[in-house]
Amino acid sequence: MWDLVLGDRRINSLRLVAPMWNGTRGIHRLGGAVVPEGNQKKERKMLQFLNNHFYDVEALRGYLLQREMSKVHLKNRSFTWLEEQHGPYSAGAFFILKQGGAVKFRDKEWIRPDKYGHFSPEFWNFREVPVEAVDASDCEINYEGLDNLLLLKELQSLSLQRCPHVDDWCLSRLYPLVDSLQELSLAGCPRVSERGLACLHHLQNLRRLDISDLPAVSNPGLTQILVEEMLPNCQVVGVDWAEGLKLGPEEQPQDTASPVPA
Amino acid sequence: MIRRVLPHGLGRGLLTRRPGTRRGGFSLDWDGKVSEIKKKIKSILPGTPCDVLPDTSHLPPEHSDVVIVGGGVLGLSVAYWLKQLENRRGGMRVLVVERDHTYSQASTGLSVGGICQQFSLPENIQLSLFSASFLRNINEYLAVTNAPPLDLQFNPSGYLLLASEKDAAAMESNVKVQKQEGAKVCLMSPDQLRNKFPWINTEGVALASYGMENEGWFDPWCLLHGLRQKLTSMGVFFCQGEVTRFVTSSQRMMTTDDEMVTLKSIHEVHVKMDHSLEYQPVECAIVINAAGAWSAQIAALAGIGKGPPGTLQGTKLPVEPRKRYVYVWHCPQGPGLETPLVADTSGAYFRREGLGSNYLGGRSPAEEEEPDPANLEVDHDFFQEKVWPHLALRVPAFETLKVQTAWAGYYDYNTFDQNGVVGPHPLVVNMYFATGFSGHGLQQAPGVGRAVAEMILEGSFQTIDLSPFLFNRFYLGEKTHENNIM
Repeated sequence: MWDLVLGDRRINSLRLVAPMWNGTRGIHRLGGAVVPEGNQKKERKMLQFLNNHFYDVEALRGYLLQREMSKVHLKNRSFTWLEEQHGPYSAGAFFILKQGGAVKFRDKEWIRPDKYGHFSPEFWNFREVPVEAVDASDCEINYEGLDNLLLLKELQSLSLQRCPHVDDWCLSRLYPLVDSLQELSLAGCPRVSERGLACLHHLQNLRRLDISDLPAVSNPGLTQILVEEMLPNCQVVGVDWAEGLKLGPEEQPQDTASPVPA
Repeated sequence: MIRRVLPHGLGRGLLTRRPGTRRGGFSLDWDGKVSEIKKKIKSILPGTPCDVLPDTSHLPPEHSDVVIVGGGVLGLSVAYWLKQLENRRGGMRVLVVERDHTYSQASTGLSVGGICQQFSLPENIQLSLFSASFLRNINEYLAVTNAPPLDLQFNPSGYLLLASEKDAAAMESNVKVQKQEGAKVCLMSPDQLRNKFPWINTEGVALASYGMENEGWFDPWCLLHGLRQKLTSMGVFFCQGEVTRFVTSSQRMMTTDDEMVTLKSIHEVHVKMDHSLEYQPVECAIVINAAGAWSAQIAALAGIGKGPPGTLQGTKLPVEPRKRYVYVWHCPQGPGLETPLVADTSGAYFRREGLGSNYLGGRSPAEEEEPDPANLEVDHDFFQEKVWPHLALRVPAFETLKVQTAWAGYYDYNTFDQNGVVGPHPLVVNMYFATGFSGHGLQQAPGVGRAVAEMILEGSFQTIDLSPFLFNRFYLGEKTHENNIM
């Protein structure tokens, strides 16, 4: 299932990475993990200078920031009112599809919105069919939006790769999916740190967890070890925990699974 | 035409102000220009004149609408909400007076930084819930253009409270109230506890309550820094000095029961500078007492408690500093990454600190063994005799541990009922309290700040009703008791 997801989305996701680093939009974004280079550094310095000396520039930037935040809030508004009419699975699926993610109902194919954001309305008829897998990569889902995601009580696979607003608070909300969730991917989320990973211990049925590329995790190798200890039945994919350990001249690892002395 | 920037707080009436209270100026090199002018005057006047234009940039302004005594998290929170909820931009001048800008003894910085909703009083639960949502959205509340977003280092690992047989019934009813208010707490039996946390020894535990969401611990310095940054950008004045005197004016009035009562109002605050006798009288309309462990001294300056005992005039503010120790130890085989903040039946508590098998914790001493709050010296024997045995009993892995460091901090302990004091004083009509939270001030600061700001601006509590926390209860003798204090 993972390969299907990655195969489809890999090309799309590479395209989606570039616009995020773009000039003015990058400056207004909340995520401080962006490191601008070259021209953007000069632009940024100029903008900071103007901001410190002119009230108008400060007010304008404040207004644009507020507008960005309210856009994210709008995307994550509550769709729980759809539950009475169409059932929880369709309501949750509608939320994911509107965000730009993909949904897979049990025994059906993946439903994915096209590049204009349109998707087929056939899922409204699937009242009793539970949603098995959700691919919410690169979606702007945040803490409030998880209200809608948690309607999908029998979710087995969840991919939150590169979601810019998923942080430690959001991970603490995933525990209601303990009975069904088997695969979780958090690769590339800029705001997830080892503190959020600590609250994944509720998910005892998890079989595969992907924690690669988390820039906010301070010590990836040690975190991987601690998470593996915390979830003994789960295969934790992400970091090779021997990285960062110095190898002696004679000692080369035969296979990456064996411990390497520092 | 783009307007030139004027430094914060000064409006169009700049040219009518007397020199001395200016901050910076309207050209880019004001300080340089001033020193040139001073040199010129010195060279023109005969003899050795005294400083013609003395430098008063360290003094607070001469007039301020609100003076907040105490620059800890509660004081800054009140200042933030006052500026946030004021009707006109720049409508209120707020001054925060903090005696120690290094915050070396302030309870905020020395705190363990926990936030939990497991209280018995609904108001406390609501305050904590609001604070959790404030901290979650801190980058929307405290957004400053140009500054990087704040990272509170929040650990959402939750609180685990353990109860013995005799406390189990109280815990059950508390959890019911908590669930009603919207906190996500669940009860666990000893078997479930052993299943989930195999490192726990459940001997003596009858019931446990575990907070699943919105509970954990965070970095209080980050919150303090974020608040200061945001307040500076909103135009709040900060001053380092000590409040030494309130100048009040009184009025005798007749109550509806035909009794004479003396109402006082503070119209001037004397702020004394560090290491000197220099002081600045600040004319003010409202004073907020957020001085934490030293709130009683500030209240006494305003004449609260100076009267025959048993009367409203004679009711003192029952907040006093209590010293609490926090110890950090290393235990290589200790509980894993999923460890919540565990509070034992004996009152001892501990939590993880970082990734490296370090833990920190402590215990509130019994009434008879209260340490002397005159200084912040740590008593290491207290750990050996009173804390470690309980920890080792509860978590067998803690039998081998090594204490790395320890520190002490003050609780602004409310000796009456261990809950905060919020709202105006009935007799000193313009002094508002925001103190006395006895160890949970940090986690309730955003909510309390908003409540005090609403009280000042609207006249009553609008969002969370904190009437059980008003000062009157000390005179009337009505305790709003909180069972879950650590």
